Amino acid sequence: MLEVSNLQASAGQREILKGIDLKVNPGEVHAIMGPNGSGKSTLAGVLAGRDGLEVTGGSATFKEQDLLELEPEERAREGVFLAFQYPVEIPGVNNAYLLKAALNEVRKHRGEPELDAMDFMTLIRERMQLLEMDDTLLNRPVNEGFSGGEKKRNEIFQLAVLEPSLAILDETDSGLDIDALKIVANGVNAMRSPERSMVVVTHYQRLLHYIVPDFVHVLSGGRIVKSGGKELALELEEKGYGWIESAPAVV
Amino acid sequence: MSQVVTAAPDYAGQFAAWSSAVPLPAPLADMRRDAFQSFEQLGFPTTRLEEWRFTNVAPITKIPFVAPEGASSLSRESLDRLQLPQLGGAELVFVNGRLAPDLSSTTGLPDGVRVAGLAEMLAGQAGAVAGRVGQLAGAAGQAFTALNTAFLGDGAVVEVDDGVVVETPIHLLFVTSPDTAPVLSQPRVVVSAGANSQVCLVESHAGTGEGAYLSNAVSEMWVADHAVVDHYVVAREADAGYHVGQLVATLGRASNFSSHAITLGGAIVRNEARVILGGEGGECTLNGLYLGTGRQLVDNQTTIDHATPHCDSHELYKGILDGQSRAVFNGKIIVRLDAQKTDAKQSNKALLLSEGAQVTTKPQLEIFADDVKCTHGATVGQLDDEALFYLRSRALSEEQARQLLVHAFAADLLGHIKVGAIREQLDALLLERLPVGS
Ligand SMILES: Nc1ncnc2c1ncn2[C@@H]1O[C@H](COP(=O)(O)OP(=O)(O)OP(=O)(O)O)[C@@H](O)[C@H]1O
Ligand SMILES: [Mg+2]
Repeated sequence: MLEVSNLQASAGQREILKGIDLKVNPGEVHAIMGPNGSGKSTLAGVLAGRDGLEVTGGSATFKEQDLLELEPEERAREGVFLAFQYPVEIPGVNNAYLLKAALNEVRKHRGEPELDAMDFMTLIRERMQLLEMDDTLLNRPVNEGFSGGEKKRNEIFQLAVLEPSLAILDETDSGLDIDALKIVANGVNAMRSPERSMVVVTHYQRLLHYIVPDFVHVLSGGRIVKSGGKELALELEEKGYGWIESAPAVV
Repeated sequence: MSQVVTAAPDYAGQFAAWSSAVPLPAPLADMRRDAFQSFEQLGFPTTRLEEWRFTNVAPITKIPFVAPEGASSLSRESLDRLQLPQLGGAELVFVNGRLAPDLSSTTGLPDGVRVAGLAEMLAGQAGAVAGRVGQLAGAAGQAFTALNTAFLGDGAVVEVDDGVVVETPIHLLFVTSPDTAPVLSQPRVVVSAGANSQVCLVESHAGTGEGAYLSNAVSEMWVADHAVVDHYVVAREADAGYHVGQLVATLGRASNFSSHAITLGGAIVRNEARVILGGEGGECTLNGLYLGTGRQLVDNQTTIDHATPHCDSHELYKGILDGQSRAVFNGKIIVRLDAQKTDAKQSNKALLLSEGAQVTTKPQLEIFADDVKCTHGATVGQLDDEALFYLRSRALSEEQARQLLVHAFAADLLGHIKVGAIREQLDALLLERLPVGS
């Protein structure tokens, strides 16, 4: 599904990613943990095509294509979805309108017909239920005035509607209270399938208790310094990052 | 249909011919003559004048515009493109400043409302209108208004009697259609809304073809006590069209007047609006939305004269500028000595889509009363990169994302439009012309 090798990237004059290797097979869930500023969001941004990040070396292949060659919208249409750490408020753009436009772009790319208003609403209602979303959010401007938790829930709601093949979740758990966390995690779990992969960036084992990963990686100083199974997250929770940061990378 | 632009402008010759060809009742004929003298003394404004500092009308002064004395024709196709059928009410169509009765329709108006051509009204039982023309928009110091008055002939008259409510918007469509020569089209609009009446008016100024023309319009509006007047000026001038419009309105006690200047096209578009809050408890809204692309220049000049206590005024202007376009906003608020409890708000917000686009904002507050609230603000911004990336990461093309964000910026202003049919109609026009940058 996704193969990242020796990926290096910088922002401004600053080198942030210093050689990332990551292979994600269909159906797998990979967790990425690591201290603040280690480059987790930068990695997510490079994969989604964020402006201002310059890839200085290495490669990223998605479904046998050079991902880094594609525009952000082409990546989205091919099935890459980034749930933002800080979802953007867009005054004047209606949430449902955006969702419909996004879904129709994705469907067009897949060679599927556009959904009519009825079918769209049916799909939306179903996915809203999955995330126990308040339906007033649907007709508000995108993220504008949403609470932190509502924004995160809206991201996963978009994920559920767009059904990407690779979902990158950047700290989706931050800002969610414990009940919301369970609901959102349930939503994410409902989307798990043998064809869909996920990369879950988090600081907390708490989320991984609900969304159980197949692999856990520790990103530190722009490198993956340790990888392991789901137990690694527990170990990190207990001991912090200090004990591995100095250790050589284990792949 | 190429234009021959060689001769020097000859307004004196044209004025002489016009005066004999277009008859007027005696007092108005005198006014016309005085106005021409004022125009000759003033000449076209230059950038040395404070009100014209950023608006150079030199191109207008060089073109030998000709004011057609007779009727001009307009193709059905051009008309179809410019009508606003969704409004569904009375519509007067003017071609090159002159009413085209065959293209107009005033059916469905309630009793107590007159919507007619100015020439026709003056020729018949002129009544009140002859006494109104020129009373609000004087020629003194105003070259373009003087020029309009000097060539007074036709225009639109809307009279609403006391207590009459006109449900459907009235459309006044002014089309300038230059042919072999650059046309000067100078309509006059005279509106009087009686006490407790309500009316909604849309003035469209549009052009056809590729030749240069000048559409120089003057509107005078009397809004009596407790009347509600909702007014729109939509400039859809052609690329080579120049438009100067002056609106003067005087408001009675507890009346409510709003005017929306929607500028969608034209080489230079200058909208002047002057509103006199002449009765206690009056409320005035001046809103504007302007688009600029290429080398266009859009200039909005507003003056709100708080002459009586307890009046509110709100001004919100929003501009979207691309290419090398420029915009000027000059908002003057006068609060007279006894206009206590005035509440005046003014803001101009511009979205610049290119490096070359430029906006100049100048608020001017002249406050002589002490118990007043006056606020003004101006913002200039660009499209938010983070929002663009967010939308693109949701599969929208860059073009779509830009369009959505630019439209959202304007939509907020359209949202203030109360009449659904006008809002939808304007939104459709906006989407046709919306620049998105690159
Ligand atoms: N555009 C930029 N210009 C300069 N430095 C940047 C830029 N973007 C990110 N950085 C820096 O790169 C480093 C990595 O940032 P990144 O957001 O990827 O960290 P993170 O691992 O996601 O952290 P957190 O856990 O706090 O979200 C930080 O030190 C950040 O300040
Ligand atoms: Mg981060």
